[in-house]
Amino acid sequence: MLSPSSGNTIIKSKLISRRMFLLTAAKAVVMVGIIGRLVSLQINERSKYKTLSDKNRFREWKLAPERGVIKDFFDKEIASNEQVYQVHLIPENSKDIEKLFVRLKTILNIPDKKLFFLKRVISKQKPWEPIIVSDNITWSEFSRINLFLHELEGVKPVVSIARMYPDNSSAHILGYVSQVSTKDLQTKKYLKDLHVPGMTIGKTGLERKLDEEIIGKIGFQRYEVNAFGKRIKQIQINEGQAGKSFKTTLDFEIQKFTKELLKDKAAAVCVMDIYNGDIVSLVSSPTFEPNEFVHGLDRKYWDSLIKNERRPLTNKAISGLYPPGSTIKTLVALSALENGIIKPQDTFKCSGKIELFGEKFHCWEKDGHGFVNLRKGIQRSCDVYFYEVARKLGVDRLSITAKKFGLGKKVLSGFVEERAGVVPDTKWKKKFIGQNWYLGETLHSGIGQGYFQSTPLQLCLMTAQIANGGFEIKPRILFNQKNNKLKDYIKYKNENPNDPLPIDLLLSNFDLKPLFKNQEHINLIKDAMYSSSNEPGGTSYKHRWENKKFTFAGKTGSSQIKRFTEDQREAEVKQESLPYKDRDHALFVAYAPYNDPKYAISVLVEHGGSGGKTAAPIAKKIIKKVLERHELRQRVNKLLGEEV
Amino acid sequence: MYRSRSIQSALSLKDKIVSIDYVLVLSIFILGLVSILAMYSTDGGEFKYHTNSHILRFFIFFGMFLFLSFIQIRFWHSQSYLIYILFFILLLGVKYFGLTSSGSKRWLDLYFMNLQPSELMKVGLILFLAKYYHRISIENINQLRFLFLPIVVLVAPIILVATQPDLGTALLIAAGGISVAWLAGVRIKFFAISGFAFIALLPIAVSFLKPYQKSRILTFLNPESDPLGAGYQIIQSKIAIGSGGLFGKGFLQGSQSYLDYLPEKHTDFIFTLFSEEFGFFGSLFILVLYAIIIWRIVKIGNVTRSNFGKLYCYSFATAFFIYVVVNMMMVLGLLPIVGSPLPIMSYGGSSMMAIMLGLGIAMSCKVYKDTPVN
Repeated sequence: MLSPSSGNTIIKSKLISRRMFLLTAAKAVVMVGIIGRLVSLQINERSKYKTLSDKNRFREWKLAPERGVIKDFFDKEIASNEQVYQVHLIPENSKDIEKLFVRLKTILNIPDKKLFFLKRVISKQKPWEPIIVSDNITWSEFSRINLFLHELEGVKPVVSIARMYPDNSSAHILGYVSQVSTKDLQTKKYLKDLHVPGMTIGKTGLERKLDEEIIGKIGFQRYEVNAFGKRIKQIQINEGQAGKSFKTTLDFEIQKFTKELLKDKAAAVCVMDIYNGDIVSLVSSPTFEPNEFVHGLDRKYWDSLIKNERRPLTNKAISGLYPPGSTIKTLVALSALENGIIKPQDTFKCSGKIELFGEKFHCWEKDGHGFVNLRKGIQRSCDVYFYEVARKLGVDRLSITAKKFGLGKKVLSGFVEERAGVVPDTKWKKKFIGQNWYLGETLHSGIGQGYFQSTPLQLCLMTAQIANGGFEIKPRILFNQKNNKLKDYIKYKNENPNDPLPIDLLLSNFDLKPLFKNQEHINLIKDAMYSSSNEPGGTSYKHRWENKKFTFAGKTGSSQIKRFTEDQREAEVKQESLPYKDRDHALFVAYAPYNDPKYAISVLVEHGGSGGKTAAPIAKKIIKKVLERHELRQRVNKLLGEEV
Repeated sequence: MYRSRSIQSALSLKDKIVSIDYVLVLSIFILGLVSILAMYSTDGGEFKYHTNSHILRFFIFFGMFLFLSFIQIRFWHSQSYLIYILFFILLLGVKYFGLTSSGSKRWLDLYFMNLQPSELMKVGLILFLAKYYHRISIENINQLRFLFLPIVVLVAPIILVATQPDLGTALLIAAGGISVAWLAGVRIKFFAISGFAFIALLPIAVSFLKPYQKSRILTFLNPESDPLGAGYQIIQSKIAIGSGGLFGKGFLQGSQSYLDYLPEKHTDFIFTLFSEEFGFFGSLFILVLYAIIIWRIVKIGNVTRSNFGKLYCYSFATAFFIYVVVNMMMVLGLLPIVGSPLPIMSYGGSSMMAIMLGLGIAMSCKVYKDTPVN
């Protein structure tokens, strides 16, 4: 028998069990929920979390690769690398950045502006990413940093490698390197995975053209780090790969020599091998100091470059545009001969000026040259003769010849700063100026004025292609063993002087592209250029070389900045007495030696007055230097030829 | 009455030993070994401070558990109010003599160990209420005047613990107490009313919360809002568990934990560490062990004859379950980080002591299952 109290107990017990059942059901639901969560995290999303875990675990530090060097033709490094001492800082390793900077300032003399900039960079990047406090400090500063290193938590003294240019004579053609800018990162695709703090990239010239290959492959160090950013162990290291090195066709000695010659002038010089197009020298003056750009430019120095009216940053040889002036007369004459407009013996009378529809066209010789034929026209650079020739020839035919010889288009490839210039014709004027062509403009074009615009490099190429007998060559700055067959042709020609080669044979046997219809015309021009330099009355007669070894044949030119007024003409105002900015640009093109042409040269001196007076003497000295070094160059060429 | 007493006294030592629930003992022991493994891993694969003291504690308290199993159920019943009062005095002692660490006062310095009375109170409250509801008759359960005492004994320690401040433990103590009341048959109505009252008082309660407690709740709602701040723990814990995958990264290979991305890896996040190293199957193994333990305690509740025993076992099983799931849901990002250890697995002497005490009483219910308590 159960007592009432035990009945009570049983009812209670049943109640408890019932409620427990409910609770158990609830527990089961929660359990299932937890298992579901585990399934979702550990099975469904495991790859996502694995990635996140690895992201936590590993940190990579990129290593800047060593930039490849650039050598001259004789394997001398003209853009090399040097060891530099740097101070890096890893912000997260420092307990008190502010204090650290104060301490660093006493050791390194960092300007406040730079400190401000550094702090801003630190606030933007991840705390473990190193920042470069100073990228080029002296040895004594470096040793002081090392001495006080125990109190400079987070600071890392680093011995690194940076670009170094042994000389600034080739600053323009080599270009310079500088820190990567935000714009670079946006515009240059190859930098996408390459960005390492402190890395420099090519901004102009060859450095820029070759940037993608010369930078090299980036390296990295992968560390396992703990939650506090402390490196636990190195997992992987990849040293990266130094950039490719390049050999150029430049002659460093001639570069330096030329730079000295052009000192204090705003000028440009280009020297080219007339057979293979190798650019032996390409100098623009005044030059600048490319080493200044490597470690962050000094504001003052930058301002001085920008404000200098002689534009030291412009490579005048490839991006300076100048009317070719009288140097174009070679092509005007050639074009007229080729088109059968004139014969070499045709003469015009020069009385100092001609009149066309009431407009006066003056010759530079006020009193005139008398009766002038082609040879004399080029020798004396008679303007009236070329007015007449141009008038007969017409600008469109002239423009075809000029373009064939390399004017009006970019000569090199991959130089962002190179400019194409202008070879005007009637269509061009209609298109770009929107007006019809006037006959008077043809006359101006005939003496290389008016719309004509060319670079010294283009004029050098033009001269080289005349000098080599009228064959197309491709100028090159990077050394390349592949030569054209021009020399084989010359050899053949010398052995069989009386065997005229038809043009199609030239093409098939020697793979040469002739720029002429009749090679005799080219020879006429070459001869006239000889007389201009070496016969009395020639415009550069004064600056000839008697020595057959150095004898050159050239053509002077002056490109007008401002037309003379009639009064100035009457008063026979001399160029030297004009304000600097108003003086003509002096031009001179030549090839040498005359007997056995090897090189072509173009010289430009901004506001130098007349080509004969200013540009020719410079060319004369360079020609001697280049020819003196010719044998050396030949030897290297042969050596390399045998190696291949 | 006499008869049953004679049954009781007839139990020989052999009978007692035979009647122990060996499945439960074995599960607890295995879990203990697993916890030692996990602790060894948190020490980076060496026997260092945490591992050594965890091993020591586990074996001491495991022994205590076995010893307590043989103490008469009648003793637990008769002394339960006293035990509660003792624990309550200890809690008061914390308030006045407690040790402060990282902003909260939770521990009493007993020279040989730092005792956290709030952990003991988890068991003390269940014991108290089990006796209380065992004693009052079924008609009185839902009488308001009989609800007065339970509310007082429930709320008083909770306030003490919550103001330490230790919100997590306070809530877990409450969970145990409420489950007794629920099992005893208190009407759903009362739970509903107090539930509403709680929600109504919530804004006031929130105003008493410390800023870090507020931020934890906000962070729980959107952990990614502050990945390096308060959300850090949840995110890192999820990364650790998720990256464990099916089979885990391997013993001692949990990169999240040994590279210190995992916070509180000895205590609250021990499951995360285990889960990272042993993966989904490892986690499942732990879950199964806990399920077995809870199931065995419930089973003891089923076979024990006294309502005190039933109430105690069911409530303790429920509380134990809540401790486990709250901790797991917390590290899995399903609940805010409130700071609650995982029973047996987590490092911490008081927690281990309280759990072993609770288990010992439950086992006593098994050994003396046919003994009436009054």
